[in-house]
Amino acid sequence: MRKTMTSVLAGIAMTLASGTAAYSQELTIFWAEWDPANYLQELVNLYEAETGVKVTVETTPWSDFQTKAFTEFNAKGSAYDMVVGDSQWIGAASEAGHYVDLTDFFNKHNLKEVMAPATVKYYAEYPSNSGKYWSIPAEGDAVGWSYRKDWFEDPKEKEAFKAKYGYDLDVPKDFKALRDIAEFFHRPDEKRYGVAIYTDNSYDALVMGVENAIFSFGGELGDYATYKVDGIINSEQNVKALEAYKELYSFTPPGWAKSFFIEDNQAITENLAAMSMNYFAFFPALINEASNPNAKVTGFFANPPGPNGDQFAALGGQGISVISYSQNQEEAMKFLEWFIKDETQKKWAELGGYTASAKVLESPEFQNATPYNKAFYETMFKVKDFWATPEYAELLIQMNQRVYPYITGNQGTAKEVLDSLAADWNATFKKYNRVK
Amino acid sequence: MATAVMTTLDPNSRSAARGMSDLTIRNLFIIPTIIFLIVFNIFPLLYSLGYSFTDFRASSPAPASFVGLQNYRELLNDPFIWSNFAITAKYVIVSVVGQVIVGFGVALLLNRDIPLKGLLTTLLLLPMMLSMAVVGLFWKLLYDPSFGIINYTLGLGSFEWLSNPDMALYAVAITDIWMWSPFVMLLSLAGLSAVPKHLYEAAAIDRAGSFYTFFRITLPLVAPILMIAIIFRTMEAFKTFDLAYILTSQPTTEVISIRLYKMAFQEWQTGRSCALAYIVLIMILAITNIYVKYLNKVKER
Repeated sequence: MRKTMTSVLAGIAMTLASGTAAYSQELTIFWAEWDPANYLQELVNLYEAETGVKVTVETTPWSDFQTKAFTEFNAKGSAYDMVVGDSQWIGAASEAGHYVDLTDFFNKHNLKEVMAPATVKYYAEYPSNSGKYWSIPAEGDAVGWSYRKDWFEDPKEKEAFKAKYGYDLDVPKDFKALRDIAEFFHRPDEKRYGVAIYTDNSYDALVMGVENAIFSFGGELGDYATYKVDGIINSEQNVKALEAYKELYSFTPPGWAKSFFIEDNQAITENLAAMSMNYFAFFPALINEASNPNAKVTGFFANPPGPNGDQFAALGGQGISVISYSQNQEEAMKFLEWFIKDETQKKWAELGGYTASAKVLESPEFQNATPYNKAFYETMFKVKDFWATPEYAELLIQMNQRVYPYITGNQGTAKEVLDSLAADWNATFKKYNRVK
Repeated sequence: MATAVMTTLDPNSRSAARGMSDLTIRNLFIIPTIIFLIVFNIFPLLYSLGYSFTDFRASSPAPASFVGLQNYRELLNDPFIWSNFAITAKYVIVSVVGQVIVGFGVALLLNRDIPLKGLLTTLLLLPMMLSMAVVGLFWKLLYDPSFGIINYTLGLGSFEWLSNPDMALYAVAITDIWMWSPFVMLLSLAGLSAVPKHLYEAAAIDRAGSFYTFFRITLPLVAPILMIAIIFRTMEAFKTFDLAYILTSQPTTEVISIRLYKMAFQEWQTGRSCALAYIVLIMILAITNIYVKYLNKVKER
């Protein structure tokens, strides 16, 4: 009898204990609605299996992501424990106190060495070179290119190309070749077009596309430490880069003035363009025959160098941050400790996530896993990003306002556009007392 | 005073049996509505007026500081904002004029004895009942230069409706005309059917031409109700957001509400966007006032 009583009591105690534990053992991660978020859900299911902590990845469409996340932050809401926030948010979110300072965590685990340097610089550190860290690089991403191997390898095309341009038709070695190939394949009569690029001006698509040209032409957007923009954003290289991007626009399919990742992948799947710019995160859909009938003949390359041999690409991707208003911060930190383990990062890459772990990226296993992983690896070590200051959204809209009419509507010259942009940015930095 | 205008309570009704007075019932219905309006409309309106004089940012914990009229001054000196207003004005004119012509025209056609008139009217009202977002997404497909049915039917090849900066605003206006002409048609139809038949008979006896009949009888008598339709459509067109936002992202279609949305929820310039919202509000009030004055004049005739 006594034994039964003890076991009943023990049972009750166990139930109570596990009951209270289950109450706190739930974490919610907020991210945008796209494939990597599904891969992350698969990954965190493993965490649940290991520890019993249930982790849910909640998503919202990209167009709505920034607004929804910041509305929740501004209201100091505790709906989400962690967010996989866009790289430009880091200034706004850290200065406003929305993100938990992860500097100690970062140093303790030596993440500066563990993760690829560019991902630490752009996803985690703010202000630049301050040694203060706010996120753990989670989904590395950058802009790369896909192309139609069958069009490129067609002997007739090769011959015609060589006759016209004097060199072999191959994956573009520089921006000049990219332009030539785009021009070569641009045949509106055959409903075939040269190239698909980003043009949508509602968030950062067009700016990312233009950045690809600017960075590879050796230009910069400004000095991120001193906020100096005059002479940098309107430099000679940038003028040339903007002109080059505008020229590429003339080789795009019709109606290409509001294009982002969906349209650019369609350019390949619908036989519209020879080459297409897109984030690496959207390439898994291009090697899947269910979503791309041309999967077998689709190839990939990294953003080519500019005229002076500089080679960079615009950074996408996100780091994972703990939200200051979460009531499960301790549990979230435990999750992050698990997330940064080598095995987890390896698994993350296997599931389709783009790990930022330098070790995994460098492994031949990773580089040979897909046709684009090698280009991704190469790109991730030479990426640059947009401004990450709290007022980045204003800077972004100003850039869209100046650049878009020039690229798609022939308004003004590249020099005029960039001079005006420099003035806009300068005024904004003055407004926020970043410069005198 | 208030009780004087109310009808007396039916002594046999349940309310009367419960001993509720007219006043109680009035309060029961009206007070919740008033509270709702105050909490959700009036209070935010006044609160945001306060914000419009500060540099408040909802995204930042920094306290708002008073900047006086700076937001208003800078907004009214911003050439981009003025171009947004110009775009909005152009859009309002094209879309409202289009709706009145199409809506009133269809109403004239329907205002006679034709078979299945009721069914026809109901079917014509369908576009108005759809959600703006759905209409936007559908028309985006219809306008598509590669596979859109509009280019196919009109034989326009790969004409770019939405990515051509000069055409995009008209494309949005055409969609708006398609969607909201039925509204003008419905009101016009009500106005037309209220025109006394004997006026037409008298005009016929006097051998008045159809042109004369239309401008001297039909139009003046329908004018007041048509004005109401125009007021509603102008206010709505001025506030247009969804259609333009979904269909295209051309700078030439960035109407003022899209700029306002970006300022408030992408840039998080809360104080300044409040000021812009007030400028828009004042403009709508001014335009509506002109219309209402005109409406009263029309009614007096």
